[in-house]
Amino acid sequence: MDKTIACISTNNIGTSAINIVRVSGPEAIEIVSKIFSNPKFKTAPTHTIHYGFIKEEEKIIDEVLVMLMRAPKTYTLEDMVEINCHGGYQTTNKILELLLKNGAELAEPGEFTKWAFLNGRISMMEAESVADLIEAKTESQSKVALNGLTGKTTELIESLREKMSTLLANIEVNIDYPEYTDEYIVTKENITPVLTEIKNTLTEIIEESKNGLLIKNGIQIAIVGKPNVGKSSLLNALLEEEKAIVTDIEGTTRDIVEGSIIHKGIVLNFFDTAGIREAENIVEQIGVEKSKKMIEEKDMTILVVNNNEKLSEEEKKLLKEMESKEAIIFQNKIDLETKIEKINTTHPIIYGSTKTKEGIEKLKDKVIEIFGLKDMANKDLTYLSNARQISLAKLAKESIEHTIEENKKEIPIDMLAIDIQSAWENLGKMIGKYYEEELIDAIFSKFCLGK
Amino acid sequence: MKYEVIVVGGGHAGIEASHIAAKMGHKTLLITGNINNIGDMPCNPSIGGTAKGIIVREVDALGGLMGKIADISHFQIKMLNNSKGPAVRSLRCQADKVTYKENMQTYLAKQENLEIKEKMVEDLWVENNKVKGIILEDNTKIEAQAVILTTGTYLKANILIGSENKEGGPHGEKRSNHLSDNLKKYGFTIQRLKTGTPVRIEASSIDFSKMHEEVGDNIPWTFSFDNPPTYDINHQQKCYLIYTNPKTHKIILDNLEKSAMYGGYVTGVGPRYCPSIEDKLVRFKDKERHQLFLEPESIHYDDWYLQGFSTSMPRDIQEQMVKSLEGLEHAKITKYAYAIEYDAIDPLQIKPTLETKVIENLYTAGQINGTSGYEEAAGQGLIAGINACLKLEQKEPFILKRSDAYIGVLIDDLVTKGTKEPYRMLTSRAEFRLLLRHDNADLRLRPLAKKVGSITKEQYENYEKRVNQITECTNFLEETKLKITEEIKQIFNEKNIPCPMTTESFLNLLKRPEITISFLEELKEIPYPYDIKEEVEIQTKYKGYIEKTYKEVEKMKKLEEKEIPKDIDYQKIKNLASEARQKLEQVRPVSIGQASRISGVNPSDIAILNVYLKKEYNHE
Repeated sequence: MDKTIACISTNNIGTSAINIVRVSGPEAIEIVSKIFSNPKFKTAPTHTIHYGFIKEEEKIIDEVLVMLMRAPKTYTLEDMVEINCHGGYQTTNKILELLLKNGAELAEPGEFTKWAFLNGRISMMEAESVADLIEAKTESQSKVALNGLTGKTTELIESLREKMSTLLANIEVNIDYPEYTDEYIVTKENITPVLTEIKNTLTEIIEESKNGLLIKNGIQIAIVGKPNVGKSSLLNALLEEEKAIVTDIEGTTRDIVEGSIIHKGIVLNFFDTAGIREAENIVEQIGVEKSKKMIEEKDMTILVVNNNEKLSEEEKKLLKEMESKEAIIFQNKIDLETKIEKINTTHPIIYGSTKTKEGIEKLKDKVIEIFGLKDMANKDLTYLSNARQISLAKLAKESIEHTIEENKKEIPIDMLAIDIQSAWENLGKMIGKYYEEELIDAIFSKFCLGK
Repeated sequence: MKYEVIVVGGGHAGIEASHIAAKMGHKTLLITGNINNIGDMPCNPSIGGTAKGIIVREVDALGGLMGKIADISHFQIKMLNNSKGPAVRSLRCQADKVTYKENMQTYLAKQENLEIKEKMVEDLWVENNKVKGIILEDNTKIEAQAVILTTGTYLKANILIGSENKEGGPHGEKRSNHLSDNLKKYGFTIQRLKTGTPVRIEASSIDFSKMHEEVGDNIPWTFSFDNPPTYDINHQQKCYLIYTNPKTHKIILDNLEKSAMYGGYVTGVGPRYCPSIEDKLVRFKDKERHQLFLEPESIHYDDWYLQGFSTSMPRDIQEQMVKSLEGLEHAKITKYAYAIEYDAIDPLQIKPTLETKVIENLYTAGQINGTSGYEEAAGQGLIAGINACLKLEQKEPFILKRSDAYIGVLIDDLVTKGTKEPYRMLTSRAEFRLLLRHDNADLRLRPLAKKVGSITKEQYENYEKRVNQITECTNFLEETKLKITEEIKQIFNEKNIPCPMTTESFLNLLKRPEITISFLEELKEIPYPYDIKEEVEIQTKYKGYIEKTYKEVEKMKKLEEKEIPKDIDYQKIKNLASEARQKLEQVRPVSIGQASRISGVNPSDIAILNVYLKKEYNHE
């Protein structure tokens, strides 16, 4: 690239002890040397660390360590400098400002990674993982992202592609050299075990990638129930327990996340309809409709019922709605007299009280358990973690399944090869071995602050 | 002496180039070192084969000669890959080397506008990077508006047998000594390639009783869309299959260093898919045996060609090797196997029209472009000929897309990726091979041929007739209903085919994978020729797959239509990787699609190129 870019690459500038300001491009070393006190820096060998002061004319701004990395062995494949300065908005911003004043341009979000990709330094899957890493909130999240980065998923996909290309190559050899019957002949019969094996691996990857998505985005949990059963107190109890990250991130729908917590390394996002309904005094019917919608859209539902009251018609309706979905019933107010009948449901029931905090911990454990995410923070994660990768894996799987189906009929091998090839190409796209230009735009628009 | 087009070389590329130029109405000269060798098949005695057979059909569809002459010159023909599916079916015939040459020479002698001369060409007449004609051995100049070079393996050719290395073309013919040096002088990059040919054995010395017979099909196939079959399917010659054995392997491995290849006497790069027998043994150590085929070269003389046994061993070792084979214990070798090295140009220096980038109005086709095979040569010769004419006529060039024809794939591969070994066409090189079938070559290409004027009125009418018959036959099948009677149920049961429950049209039945048109014909006669029924069956049965492939073509089309301006300066695009920049500079692709197929040009380079085009040319 012909410009030199700079930005602050640590996230919480205000609170962290050390901040890093990053510069990349042909002028990076020249620009930094203009504001850095150490005279040896400019001509020093690559991958060295230098101590000194950042100065604005004669005034010392900060005491810093500066890392010098010369092209091409850097993240962006260009000259790069990283200034490790002391925390605090003012100092860090001042350093950035000085860099910009001396000729650097402010990097757009994700621009470092974009150039790393464009310069051929990292594959597409790795680039996407970097984006995920920037956004990662929990330990499990960063593991999913990190594994992408180290190419673990790539490796898995590559080994699958290897199998497919072996098969395809064999089919091609048979086609191009039909009279050489001494070669291994791929037939409709002996193709099936290989295809089944590939299908199973793909199924596994897709199945596990759901977990990857849950880890990355967190589990979306709807809290429903009629007024005054204690939804708000439950929410407060859940959020109070852990140090809640109260955010105003928009959910996938127009609902607002009421709050998020990290439990055993997994983000739990709670959604609640209570506030809206009560404030606007809308009739119960609308509440049920709204709840139905939430049950439909979220990953799971917690239905809160009052131990001290009989089930209402609306509650029975909700129970019915929830039948085929992931759900937990939280039977609240067990410190009061039990007036509720036995609830007829296949879903687990947690008995507790928002007042005494009984059952709250159990409830959170149950959520994790339902998604099979226990001990996830410690697991080796090789999941696909974004929608594009998953949809490509699904397309590949469909092609393979189609091949297996068609192979049962009198379909000749050259037709079967078409689907196998398309599966192979889709897996190739997943690891950036195939090219589609829209893709690049889509990926790079996804990058957010940081890098 | 002045011509519109001069074609240098009378091999399969030169024949098609000169024939089509003359056919398109231009005064043409075919000039070659030995006019008796026009249409010669210096290597295997067959025409067609997987993918190659489809090229022959394409040549015919576009108005070329190869298929037409092969049809009247062979003694065995068969459809390969019949069971592997319609996309990969391909015809191959055992052509008689004497008859083919004779028929070809007779045909060309009658061709209007075509003159044939026997002379060695040693230089080009070039002015201001534009070709003006050719210069002969004796310095005579012959003027032409366009020159097509189809020099095959004759450029500075050397024949290698063991440690023996002699100057000369195939059959010890005179080689061209100076042309490749002169091409280098004009700015062409010359590369050295290698190929080989196996031993020939006298028929009377072969014990065929120990060998496995390979026979022709009993369906009267033709390559050409215009000629009815003329041969007797009951009088086809047989070929034979034999195997190498441990004894053969020991002889070869013990004497490896005596071969020209392993003794280090060869500098050219040989093709991987056409290895010598010593190569096969070294590379596939675990294989206990290798298949070999014995094929007659002609009914007019006694030589049999031992396919799969090409070698550069010295003669005495060749004797031992051949005699170790079952049935060849008493074999009399009439021609020893040899390797041949020759000069070729780097195909990255030619355009998709086959005009060179170095000299205007100069075209190249065939082995000089780094390919191998009669059919690959013919396909290029035809395209070079057509484009030379179109340029004279000041018309749009004729470029076949990868989704149009194998010939399109061939030329796109050559001019985009180049080649470091002799290039052979394979079905796997064609990503849209389901569309590039043997059966539909005329449907794909005759309309295009009509536009450029390379086919006769009659040839186009043959195409129209087939299109009409296909429609009629489809309608017939749609209107013909099968009523389910006890008798019908019985027939389905016997064949183990699930019987439909209710009355169905033949066309709907044909959609089922397990029901073939020949099965339907057992129920009721379908009064259309074999090729029409085949066509309708493929189009009906594989409709889903064909449509899927068309969608892929559409996707690619967008990239193909994104043209790169001719004057683009790659040096100005700063962020390109240096390898990509160099490759783009060298190939100068016409579209983003072509650019993305260049090896060494990565997706990131294409993204950068796109951004640049958008910025500089406001390209959408």
